[in-house]
Amino acid sequence: MRDNPILRVTAKILFGPIILFGLYVQFHGDYGPGGGFQAGVIIAAAFILHALVFGLEAGRRLVPGWANLAMLALGVLVYGGVGVAGMMLDGLFLDYNVLSGDASKGQHYGILLVEFGVGLTVTGVMLALFHAFAGFVEADYTATEDE
Amino acid sequence: MAGYLTNLLLLALLVFILVLVIRTRRLFPVVILAGAYSLVSAAMFVNLDAVDVAFTEAAVGAGISTVLFLATMAYLPAFEKTPPEAKGIGHILPALIICIMAGTLLVVAAVELPPVGDPMAPPQLHVAPRYLEESGSFLKIPNVVTTVLASYRGFDTFGETVVVFTAGLGVLVLLAGFTRTARATKPGRTKSEPGEGGNA
Repeated sequence: MRDNPILRVTAKILFGPIILFGLYVQFHGDYGPGGGFQAGVIIAAAFILHALVFGLEAGRRLVPGWANLAMLALGVLVYGGVGVAGMMLDGLFLDYNVLSGDASKGQHYGILLVEFGVGLTVTGVMLALFHAFAGFVEADYTATEDE
Repeated sequence: MAGYLTNLLLLALLVFILVLVIRTRRLFPVVILAGAYSLVSAAMFVNLDAVDVAFTEAAVGAGISTVLFLATMAYLPAFEKTPPEAKGIGHILPALIICIMAGTLLVVAAVELPPVGDPMAPPQLHVAPRYLEESGSFLKIPNVVTTVLASYRGFDTFGETVVVFTAGLGVLVLLAGFTRTARATKPGRTKSEPGEGGNA
């Protein structure tokens, strides 16, 4: 698909706006539909589009495997970390009220951070799955070429 | 009433797509039809005022799953294997009986369910009123779905995130030895570093 100028140009134009939309969905989840799960998938879709059009190698250069794994783990750590932070501040696990002097502000911070963690993990998982599956195919081809 | 009719239409469309999926032996149309199924479900969720669920269904079901299926399909044959010729009705009789019995039970149970959107339905009377009242006034967050998901039911969502994490990690561990970079760089790579193939 690398040789098709229409696909290439379209992918280049769409790449930024898709990520921007993903971020909007991520941080606007308090006020409209959306949240970490959806945003993670949308942001992953932008990178998958890039990898589909420009090849898996280019996609891997853009988001290396270690970055995928880091995102995957960091998301869960952020989520759990918010919970533990609540405990440190004399609250319960995942009690956001104590995160700020004002309980409703604390809830805002907590929800934003927690959703951010969800988004990170989902983006990481989706990208890692795509790279693993798409790379699996290529590995099969190279294996037959080698033999 | 219009919403009711739209739902019926969408449900009929879902059944139509299902029949097509069952009848098609080529895998590519099946994958695309599965995406269409998700999209129609998403439309139905919008019609039921569940926009957050619809959003997820459209993004995950119609978007990412289709791409992942296609990525996997490149390595599968284009056609589904034809099942061995069935000899008479005895072949499918047990499955048919179980399906009819389970279906009847579900229909009987569904008749007893409260109507959609009934404010006096038991699930609406337990903790839901508190969530609905507090979310706007105390938490000052208009989207109740987000507050229920991330705050009131934060522990469940934490579990979900860990499930997503574990599932991703499991697939990576399974496929780690098979990705191209893992082979090309170090053929004798040990299995103690799963998923780090992209690092090279």
